[in-house]
Amino acid sequence: MQLSRDALLRSYRQMKVIREFEERLHTEIMTGEIAGFTHLYCGQEAVAVGVCEHLDNVDKIISTHRGHGHCIAKGCDVPTMMKEIWGSAEGTCKGKGGSMHIADIDQGMLGANGIVGGGAPIAVGAAMAAKMDGQGKVSIAFSGDGACNQGTTFEAMNMAVVTKVPAIFVFENNHYSEHTGVDYAVGTSGDIASRAEAFGMKVWRGNGVDFFSVYETMREVLDYVRAGNGPAAVEFDTERFFGHFEGDPQRYRGEGELDRIREQRDCLKIFREKVTQAKLLDGADLDAVDAEVMSLIEASVEGARAAARPTAEDVLTDVYISY
Amino acid sequence: MARMMYREAVLRTIFEEMERDENVVMLGEDIVGGMGTAGGPEAIGGIWSTSTGLFDKFGGGRVIDTPISESAIIGAANGLALSGKRPIAELMFADFIGVSLDQIWNQMGKFRYMFGGKSKCPAVVRMAYGAGFNAAPQHSQSVHSLLTSMPGLKVVIPSTPADVVGLLRTAIRDDDPVMFLEHKALYGAKGEVPDGDYTIPFGHARLSRAGQDVTIVTCGLMVGFCERVADKLAAEGIGCDVIDLRTTSPLDEEAILDSVEVTGRLIVVDESVPRCSLATDIISLVSEKAFSSLKAPPAMVTPPHTPVPFARELESAYLPSTDKIEAAVRKILAWR
Repeated sequence: MQLSRDALLRSYRQMKVIREFEERLHTEIMTGEIAGFTHLYCGQEAVAVGVCEHLDNVDKIISTHRGHGHCIAKGCDVPTMMKEIWGSAEGTCKGKGGSMHIADIDQGMLGANGIVGGGAPIAVGAAMAAKMDGQGKVSIAFSGDGACNQGTTFEAMNMAVVTKVPAIFVFENNHYSEHTGVDYAVGTSGDIASRAEAFGMKVWRGNGVDFFSVYETMREVLDYVRAGNGPAAVEFDTERFFGHFEGDPQRYRGEGELDRIREQRDCLKIFREKVTQAKLLDGADLDAVDAEVMSLIEASVEGARAAARPTAEDVLTDVYISY
Repeated sequence: MARMMYREAVLRTIFEEMERDENVVMLGEDIVGGMGTAGGPEAIGGIWSTSTGLFDKFGGGRVIDTPISESAIIGAANGLALSGKRPIAELMFADFIGVSLDQIWNQMGKFRYMFGGKSKCPAVVRMAYGAGFNAAPQHSQSVHSLLTSMPGLKVVIPSTPADVVGLLRTAIRDDDPVMFLEHKALYGAKGEVPDGDYTIPFGHARLSRAGQDVTIVTCGLMVGFCERVADKLAAEGIGCDVIDLRTTSPLDEEAILDSVEVTGRLIVVDESVPRCSLATDIISLVSEKAFSSLKAPPAMVTPPHTPVPFARELESAYLPSTDKIEAAVRKILAWR
């Protein structure tokens, strides 16, 4: 643990923002105020933050349909994201994308993506651009254990190896692709990293509910890729606290499973225990972050409720740059 | 003026644009040809000879020979374009949009809209299309009706070497994603190409023959077929406007409507499908916006609603021909 106090506080805050953003959405969606499909990232915060804390805005990431966490971790503005989820004209995408399509190209966030497996090939292209520019930039494709079964992901991994570009395939194994267990759907006994290895990449594995495991693993992965060794892959074992989508009855969960993972595999609890036991931060530091985050989320929801709505004329704009 | 083949016009334009702008990059399977073989890079130079010499001139950093992975080719073009480059991706056959459609339809065509107008994707996807080579159902299709139905894409179909140069320059410099369809049977066609750095704007059709009696709307390989029919009938005193659309998205509605208002008769000649297609789209447009000008029901000359067949007799029967076009003109003139 070589992180400064500021870095520790910032990392904890990022994870907490994601957590409370998602917990609040879970509550608000029940009221019917938010339209459409929403897929919550709760439980996986250590991965998004442990990866993105190493990046700056010239590095690219591409995300998944479960993308809020990656967006926040890569620097998307939280109140503007909330407005987007509310469908406001003031949202990140002016109300045209919603939860599954939040992007901020200037921050290097190439979009959440509604198509499972859609992102990995795009990340390879961004890695080609990074290689051309030759400044040690990287491109990261976040994929789940669902997307790891898509042919697009296989094509992307092979092409990254063949073209030797600085792409990193981060697989977040939360044990469920939609409503199906990883042991059923991933033919290598649920082992994703070994697949990536078979494509000719160096691979890592990490504990995706422990921020420090993610952060230290990614330090090694990034050192390797930024040095020009070509692509790499890493699999993080993590947990999804909610269903595939909001409204999912989750009848596939085992008895007591949700209580158990919340109790034993909550990355925020694990972070708090580690930093307080090591006396890097004290509980009051973290409580202060918690309070600040709760007010940010409250203000974001209030802002989203009050924000301007799009109009019928807005349907027709932004299809092309020139017509 | 320089006389050159359609395929030379493609290659020369890519070469010049790559020289002009270091952000222009090219990728596709076998565009270099021979990678990893005893023959070495450029052993083939691309099967259409539309990329020959690019690797030697610009190197593997900008001329990226890929595995056969069309989803990843188009996906990589998307990632390059979102990262500030201007990729030209090649699909060896237009039929291969089947395995890469997600990256075309759900990704590049939608980025700008779903990201609220805050991104640009200046990618060109070049593809060889069309029948006439007995290449059978999966290597012969005309896919522009399908692509034109997708908002967010621009669809370009040049019919001459001069149009290849002017339209491909516009495509590469355009900030929106462009589908650029090159007919296989035109690659060897020769034509005069103007000198200088000229571009042809999208959405501006070309009136390739002028007449007062019938409006023929067409594109791609079919333009030449329609011109031959128009020239033959002109000798009999029958005048045809032949409108080469050049781009089907955007569509030059004005050129079509202006012509039909004079002739009162519309025939759409197209190599793509007859259902939910370019032909039905243009007939619908004219029916809605120029109904009172019509002297006869609009007609279409297209293949039947079947896959493209293999055998010579079958493919000939399938494709529009000058005979079929001529018959359609005579029939529309004889109506009532």
